Amino acid sequence: MANEELNSGNPKVDIEYRRRKSAEEMRYQVVSFAMMIFLTFVAFIAVGYDISGWFTIPFILVLAIVQVGFQLYYFMHMSHKGHEAPALFLYSGVFVAFITLLAFMTIIWW
Amino acid sequence: MKADEKFTYETWPAAPEKQTLDGKNKFLGFWLFLGGETVLFATLFATYLALKDRVPNSDHYLAKDLFEIPLVFVMTMLLLTSSLTSVYAMYHMKNFNFKKMQLWLGITVLLGLAFLGLEVYEFNHYVHEYHHTFTSSAFGTAFYTLVGFHGGHVAFGLAWIITLMVRNAKRGLDLYTAPKFYVASLYWHFIDVVWVFIFTVVYLMGMVG
Repeated sequence: MANEELNSGNPKVDIEYRRRKSAEEMRYQVVSFAMMIFLTFVAFIAVGYDISGWFTIPFILVLAIVQVGFQLYYFMHMSHKGHEAPALFLYSGVFVAFITLLAFMTIIWW
Repeated sequence: MKADEKFTYETWPAAPEKQTLDGKNKFLGFWLFLGGETVLFATLFATYLALKDRVPNSDHYLAKDLFEIPLVFVMTMLLLTSSLTSVYAMYHMKNFNFKKMQLWLGITVLLGLAFLGLEVYEFNHYVHEYHHTFTSSAFGTAFYTLVGFHGGHVAFGLAWIITLMVRNAKRGLDLYTAPKFYVASLYWHFIDVVWVFIFTVVYLMGMVG
């Protein structure tokens, strides 16, 4: 993607290519933003309409996870090359986070 | 390539944040930090979920009595938009346009300040209208710790971005400053990632009951 090393030996061609690549990437970013706004709207509307909690809670959690995916892969460029180590760090964090949440929600009771 | 080498639009590399060893290390180290931050916030979320609505007696307000959709919605839109404006800032950074980058970072800071202002108003409202304080109940403690920690991250992020903007106002973009701006923008996006879970888990799920 736009982030790769480019060297065709002709600086003018490279600049033109990069300009086009980064304009294309910007388009993806704007589409991601539109999707994130849309998902946020759906989540707020779902809660505003007061449907059963058994449906609403899993539904808005899925919307949140999808939205965070957009944020990580497009806004934070995790879809670009060279993000293997960041993915390892982040998903290790998510793994521990999952266990922590599971433990607190099942072991602690009153 | 030297860190203080002067560049033009034509010679500016495609991935300036990772051209130097310093930049590569910052990039890697910062993502490791974000992995740790994920765990940190998970513990706060887990505590909140375990202690949600745990109050000593029925005089205390619960999540569904406190939260209001419009305020949370506006705060969400502000922070989400500030995430896009910092994307714009990094777009101009990659195009070696320092002035436009500074402009979009400035807009990001303003949106962040508006968010923080609303959060201060919100907390103040809960404390004075509902007597929902840090020490009033386990629910209060868990709520203010989680949401307040996020607010603290917003405040820190604002201070960080403002400092970078002021300190490098004259220096402009080179391979020494580019990774600094890039990493700060990653931090800002991460703040939005955490907020997505806060507005879903704390506010929306709180209103569902």
